[in-house]
Amino acid sequence: MATFSLNVNGKKHQVDADPATPILWVLRDHLNLVGTKYGCGIAACGACTVHLDGVAVRSCQLPVSGVGDKTITTIEGLSEQGDHPVQKAWLEHDVPQCGYCQAGQIMSASALLESNPNPSDADIDAAMDGNICRCGTYTRIKAAIKTAASN
Amino acid sequence: MPILKTKYGRRSFLKASALSGGGMMLGFSWLASCQPGGNHALSNIPKEWFDINAFLKIADNGLVTIISPNPEGGQNIKTGMPMIVAEELDVDWNDVTVEQAPLNTELYTRQFIGGSQAIRQGWNSLRMAGASARHMLREAAAQSWSVPVDEITTEAGVLKHPSSGKSAGYGEMAGAAANIPVPEEVKLKDINDFMIIGTSRKNVDGKKIVTGQPLFGIDTYVEGMLTAMIVHPPAFGMKLKSVDDTAVRSMPGIRDVFTLKVLQDDFERQHFDTCTFLEVVAIVGNSTWEVMKAKQAIEVQWEPFESYTEERTFYGGGKRTLTIPSGLENSSDHGTMMTREAAQSSTVVRKNGNPEMAFRNAARVIEKTYTAPFLAHNCMEPMNFFAHVTSEGAVVKGPLQKAELTEHTLSARLGLPLEKIDIQMTRLGGGYGRRSYAHWVTEAALISQKMNAPVKLVYSREDDMTGGIYRPAYQATYRAALDADNNLVGFHINAGGLSDSPLYANRFPAGAVDNYLAESWTLNSNITIGSFRAPRSNFIACAEQSFLDEVAEATGKDPIDFRLELLERAAINPVGENNDYDAARYAGVLELVREKSNWDQPSSGIHRGVSAYFCHNSYAAQVLDLTIEDGKPIIHNVCCAVDCGIVVNPDAASNLAEGAIVDGIGNALFGELTFKDGVPEKNNFHQYRMIRMSEAPRNIDIHFVDNGIDPTGLGEPTFPPAFGALANALYRASGERVYVQPFYGRGQQLDVRN
Repeated sequence: MATFSLNVNGKKHQVDADPATPILWVLRDHLNLVGTKYGCGIAACGACTVHLDGVAVRSCQLPVSGVGDKTITTIEGLSEQGDHPVQKAWLEHDVPQCGYCQAGQIMSASALLESNPNPSDADIDAAMDGNICRCGTYTRIKAAIKTAASN
Repeated sequence: MPILKTKYGRRSFLKASALSGGGMMLGFSWLASCQPGGNHALSNIPKEWFDINAFLKIADNGLVTIISPNPEGGQNIKTGMPMIVAEELDVDWNDVTVEQAPLNTELYTRQFIGGSQAIRQGWNSLRMAGASARHMLREAAAQSWSVPVDEITTEAGVLKHPSSGKSAGYGEMAGAAANIPVPEEVKLKDINDFMIIGTSRKNVDGKKIVTGQPLFGIDTYVEGMLTAMIVHPPAFGMKLKSVDDTAVRSMPGIRDVFTLKVLQDDFERQHFDTCTFLEVVAIVGNSTWEVMKAKQAIEVQWEPFESYTEERTFYGGGKRTLTIPSGLENSSDHGTMMTREAAQSSTVVRKNGNPEMAFRNAARVIEKTYTAPFLAHNCMEPMNFFAHVTSEGAVVKGPLQKAELTEHTLSARLGLPLEKIDIQMTRLGGGYGRRSYAHWVTEAALISQKMNAPVKLVYSREDDMTGGIYRPAYQATYRAALDADNNLVGFHINAGGLSDSPLYANRFPAGAVDNYLAESWTLNSNITIGSFRAPRSNFIACAEQSFLDEVAEATGKDPIDFRLELLERAAINPVGENNDYDAARYAGVLELVREKSNWDQPSSGIHRGVSAYFCHNSYAAQVLDLTIEDGKPIIHNVCCAVDCGIVVNPDAASNLAEGAIVDGIGNALFGELTFKDGVPEKNNFHQYRMIRMSEAPRNIDIHFVDNGIDPTGLGEPTFPPAFGALANALYRASGERVYVQPFYGRGQQLDVRN
């Protein structure tokens, strides 16, 4: 066990954890930020996507010891009022079915738009292919990303 | 205007609400307005709520809480069911908030996800819940104003007496209405007067989902809660031999390690009591990561089990003895075994005319065999459940599809009466049939009982994918007899699987061919199976629709014309009895998809496949357009026509149908779980290929038949035809028919992405 100082959603947290603990489990079990989801544990589904200094990463593969002073943003911290353009677009298109993957989808999409405000279809596919939606809402996700980009 | 006796679940219309924790729920329920921006409720906090019946309560200020009885797993039932209540109550949807009911068999019936039946079977009781409450409000107003009740009208939550000009909000009369006797019968709205049903309303939990609020079972946390995981045998055909936990017990955060027997030997199993591994190892600790590490370190010995039998009472009441054979099975052997079983053990299920003679005298016989592998459900939220079992009773909470049946299993295993078991239903991170088999609820409860603490049991993805209860592996052989004029004069289907038959003997084209033979067989396996979205249909629709496409081509007919001719025969002069479909509705979706897809004016360079199917009381037809680029299918469009009667929430219904089409295409292209020496050859998403965004259709159009018929199923019916539409389009593109699922990507593995 070791103590780590983390910056999550703009707040400082002290966490006592095994250095190998993936940030996914630090968020969920230590900080009770459960919006970030466990899907596969091997970075193959995207459900656990968070932003590390604004870049989308799979939190199941990011050990707490590897974060350093980088900032972590989770779905809970993407916007204060749930009104990030991507979140608003998701609501406008009523994207979710079961909803379990959607936090990861939104974090991937918002990181994409941050680096590429006007992505092509191919750009969207490339950025989003790592996020599985078992319910099959892909056409709505893509439409929502385009709406968010246009706003 | 239809009048219905309030006979459905009459107890649920009694005013004494038995919702557990109802008072506690009020504190936040009004914060979750149905409308994302519906803040007007926030400035108007109610002082008092009145329970009108088990489905709704009305506040003194006119806000309405509607209780959604069924679990929500992505069907958007938590929006759709309350819309039906709100319609008949005649209330402004902006004033409605929705709460999820817990399991309560006293108040509600069929709190299930399964069979696409929630709206169909809930239709009348939900309408009556709203209509009877509206009647009671009108009675209260009539008494208050001393006027005849027939003169009281309602509009969007306001009671009016037009001739005197009096009016009052529902909230003003709710207290009095709660004391009005429940009417013996109620008038329902004419469907042409619907204001909410048939209009698109946003998902009531949409805002919570996109902001990451804790909605799912796996998000459950209570003070003092421990985390548990299980270790199950690595192979089907194996059982626990011994455990060496010495290295694990001293690991950080580990609280206990023990084995548990999920079901007792003398337990009388019901349909959904499939339990793959009867004895598992439980590891309990303070946090998930610590338990995961212990799971990797523990040493468990396994050994093959002997064949055994178990008696099971199946849905519908039939009791059967199942044989679970010993052995470590190989997928490479299954094909040969199924072909041998089909030849040796087929049972005739339906026969019309003289099929033997028809085939003997045929000018041409076409015979094709179709196969499909086991499929894992792969819900994105792995199996999990919270349990807190004490001497006082059991509180369990999480995602499951058939809570009422689970309650009985839990009662028997824990030795607790039903009334001491409280099942709370969370949102499901996908179900697709998998969460009907809730052995993990029993596992969680037994672990909590042993630990004397609240426990959350979580399966790893690997536990989930390799834990059994798969879509069965199937095989079907079709034969068609054509006469010299290319008429279909004989039809023969022989179908079976491991260890379930996909045959629906009375489905199309039964009823449309004079000489018809349907045979069925099953082959025992120790690889456990279970319901998977549109059970059996999810395979047989593809085989049937691929075969009909091939026969249509052999006769030189357009594939839609060919099907319509058969359906016309079935409508005018049906062959045999018990044909389970309505030929006119079936033809209706084919005609609609022909029109909407511009079938008769195809675009050049696009390869199109058509498919249609009936299941879960609804009809769906699809035209799928694709091209092949760099050897990969690019699906440009899927046009889908659906007849599911009245559509409650059209945009949400389209979403569900779109998702089912993507799901069907994904499983048809990639879905496969194979076994070597009993071991599943895939255990996570780096090996088990799921459809991704770039592989999904670029566009999907859903068209609903507008016929005013009471609603039928929707969650499943658009899933099965997608496989066949894809198969037929692939044939048009490549010139080669596909008979073996998955169609693409066999053995291919995706790179792990990070």
